[in-house]
Amino acid sequence: MKAKDIAELLDEPACEHNKKEKSGCAKPKPGASAGGCAFDGAQIALLPIADVAHIVHGPIACAGSSWDNRGTRSSGPELYRLGFTTDLTEQDVIMGRSEKRLFHSIKQAVEDYSPAAVFIYNTCVPALIGDDVEAVCKAAAERWGVPVVPVDAAGFYGTKNLGNRIAGEAMVKYVVGTAEPESLPPGSERPGITVHDVNLIGEYNIAGELWHVLPLLDELGIRVLCTLSGDTRFHEVQSMHRAEVNMMVCSKAMVNVARKLQTSYGTPWFEGSFYGVEDTSRALRDFARLLNDDSLTERTEALIAREEAKVNQALAPWRERLSGKRALLYTGGVKSWSVISALQDLGMTVVATGTKKSTEEDKARIRDLMGDEAVMIDDGNPRALLKIVADYKADILIAGGRNMYTALKARLPFLDINQEREFGYAGYTGMIELARQFALTLESPVWDAVRRPAPWAETVSLGHPVGREMFYD
Amino acid sequence: MIEVLKRNKAMAVSPLKASQPVGGVLAFLGIHKSMPMLHGSQGCSAFAKVFFVRHFREPIPLQTTAMDQVSSVMGADDNVVEGLKTVCEKNRPAIVGLLTTGLSETQGTDIRRTVKMFREKHPEHVNVAVIPVNTPDYSGSAESGYAAAIEAIIDTLVPDAGTANSKPGMRPRQVNVLAGSMLTPGDVETLKDTIERFGLRPLCLPDLADSMDGHLGSAEFNPITGGGTLVEEIASMGESVATLVVGASMGKAADLLKALTGVPDYRFDSLMGLSSVDKLMLALKQISGVPVPPRIERQRSQLQDAMLDTHFMLGQARVAIAGDPDLLYSFAWLMHGMGAEVIAAVAPARSPQLEKIPAGAVKIGDLEDVERLIAGQPADLLIGNSHAAHTASRLGCEFLRAGFPQYDLLGGFQRTWIGYAGTRQALFDIANLMTARGKGEIEPYHSIYSQKQGEPKDVRYPGGGYAVAAAVTGG
Repeated sequence: MKAKDIAELLDEPACEHNKKEKSGCAKPKPGASAGGCAFDGAQIALLPIADVAHIVHGPIACAGSSWDNRGTRSSGPELYRLGFTTDLTEQDVIMGRSEKRLFHSIKQAVEDYSPAAVFIYNTCVPALIGDDVEAVCKAAAERWGVPVVPVDAAGFYGTKNLGNRIAGEAMVKYVVGTAEPESLPPGSERPGITVHDVNLIGEYNIAGELWHVLPLLDELGIRVLCTLSGDTRFHEVQSMHRAEVNMMVCSKAMVNVARKLQTSYGTPWFEGSFYGVEDTSRALRDFARLLNDDSLTERTEALIAREEAKVNQALAPWRERLSGKRALLYTGGVKSWSVISALQDLGMTVVATGTKKSTEEDKARIRDLMGDEAVMIDDGNPRALLKIVADYKADILIAGGRNMYTALKARLPFLDINQEREFGYAGYTGMIELARQFALTLESPVWDAVRRPAPWAETVSLGHPVGREMFYD
Repeated sequence: MIEVLKRNKAMAVSPLKASQPVGGVLAFLGIHKSMPMLHGSQGCSAFAKVFFVRHFREPIPLQTTAMDQVSSVMGADDNVVEGLKTVCEKNRPAIVGLLTTGLSETQGTDIRRTVKMFREKHPEHVNVAVIPVNTPDYSGSAESGYAAAIEAIIDTLVPDAGTANSKPGMRPRQVNVLAGSMLTPGDVETLKDTIERFGLRPLCLPDLADSMDGHLGSAEFNPITGGGTLVEEIASMGESVATLVVGASMGKAADLLKALTGVPDYRFDSLMGLSSVDKLMLALKQISGVPVPPRIERQRSQLQDAMLDTHFMLGQARVAIAGDPDLLYSFAWLMHGMGAEVIAAVAPARSPQLEKIPAGAVKIGDLEDVERLIAGQPADLLIGNSHAAHTASRLGCEFLRAGFPQYDLLGGFQRTWIGYAGTRQALFDIANLMTARGKGEIEPYHSIYSQKQGEPKDVRYPGGGYAVAAAVTGG
């Protein structure tokens, strides 16, 4: 990818970071960087497309350490769970045989696994030695009659966030609009209900949580043409251009897709979330509003009233147990505001939140939810997080899996909110699971046990149980 | 000697291989106050970090030189210097493992020269050991990357006998251990205990038992490794009375250590199974002059008893194994020694050890190759890393997790496989898997003349019993 193309992707008019001096994606600092690269971001954004063969073109480190590493679920094909890589050798690199190997890899994938399409993720080494991945894809597609989509996402191009955008760009450029949606299945039409087509962009169906929401949409007569990219099929991505409304779910990582679909096809979009009772209801209302269908609006309100009553009743005992608990939320920032709203629904207090990847708009939303004194954490190094936990007397750290052992080493309850988690929290039903998980860790007797010193030891207790003395230097 | 089948397809499907840098990082995780740093794009480190975080369920110190578009093309030497400086200032490590990646190797980095640049520019960090290691991920696998890192550590930190004026045996109770990558923290711990029982003092390189054993320390947060081999002790390896070398992959590192110091060594390809462990005890007895302690003799007889008990289940079991060469070799001989049949053995990269594996087929390849090698044949057990769980379920066989990564099994990272006791537990576990499989059970036969027509057939309950009584009584 040329520097010019990268600069173009970094300049995202729909992203609020653009208005600040530094553009969206900051340069990583040698010796003090965490987080993934552009390849990581691109792969993670598209991997859930279940009937595609996702081939990583590079030496083993790129696919070898990352394949099969995501909580996303498929209701059908499991092809995406297989790791495909050209696993380049030294000879390939020196003798320039990697393009050939890629070509044969595509053949092998097509012949052995009959994928709906093949995606090729370019990585650092082939990018550096100058493989023409796009040309190989084109030749392979012609030769075997299967769409082959290049996703040029070498790690050194930039951050994981940029990789998300590269992935979205590849879909818009090569896939969207290349096929029409199927007609509605016979027997699915109901009197008085006009079926509307929508897309969910940035929904990954982690732990199958999308399946908490889909029944509601079905009931309302809203057909999801495509979820980019949870539990999706290649054909669904092809048909995205026919949606009447696009919803950006939670994060703005693929906001370029929504913006470009608006530019090319005039599809309006909104940003929403399915985390928390309030946000789920708001998302449903936003659909009704943008689809501009009176009957739909009416039925939406009835459904919301019914579902909220049901979930409020189910949550009542949990709220009693969780009310007043103080949480430190560190998601890296992307989903902060949507999770804050979910926690407040449960009667919990969010004492501080991470905003490293949040946009200015996200931050405004956080201020709306938490008040002007909201503590926002930009630097989420483990030591800083633990200090905030102590300073603000948090009961629990809510973060991605990589911070889990930071919390546990400090004898602090933890809840995993990121992509590797095992439980689905979306929709009204997901809230009950979220409450259950909170209670499970917060009320566990192990915390007291690990904080108490051995009976024969003459030392102070370890960790920092809330309300007791803190032990910091 | 068996012919090892080479890689014969363009694409790896369900890769078995973890990269050389991953192995190199593992070696440095076993050194005290260490910070491994990958010279590559930041994803190289992020992936390796998640790989180990999920396996060990521990925070993992790992940094990156964060090569970007410009430095990838124009030269990334400054990234190394800046990265080393930042790590030294921020994290105060005693040692930094500077490992190359596919990206920096392809670019053509001269990693040793960048360390020289750093030394000239930042003399204030002279006390931090910096170990440059070439670990391009397009050759070898985790095992060879780990071995390369150990060799580089010896090369950089162990002085030759002449310069140091050292002699083997100046520390008459100190025994070096070059611990290969197949050893878990639990294995290393067991090995150290065993050595101590002979009145000797083990000096393990690396010592994962002291760093990655999953203990809750008193420090709440530590950006570098909180345990492992002490850097200053490594220099004293030339004064040890002997060196134990575990794993054939450690051979080159052992050759170098011997050439530098003259310390005699004892090499073990495996420490699993009765005879392998016997060799270890014999060596320790020779080195120490102490008889094998009664406690260990007891464990030996316990293993013998377990071998008798489990041979009913393991005998004739058809086993496939996937893993790095040393691990593959160890398991294959253990299974072979129990009367099981190793029908397929797959390693991600070449090693001379592969030719010595007692198996129906030995191949360099991936998990798809495991499936293809035994396609159409019945298989009872697959031994491999967590990725192989899907393979086992497709093959319809039992599955035992071993090697890297194990992200879906708590405690897998620290499991002890070696020694008499570790072997015994491995045998018990495998035997239990075979029992649960119900191997050898006779399938029910439904007579056409039977009066039991119409009842539900073949309703199997957990444990292999049949719902006959319920059907007969109508209950």
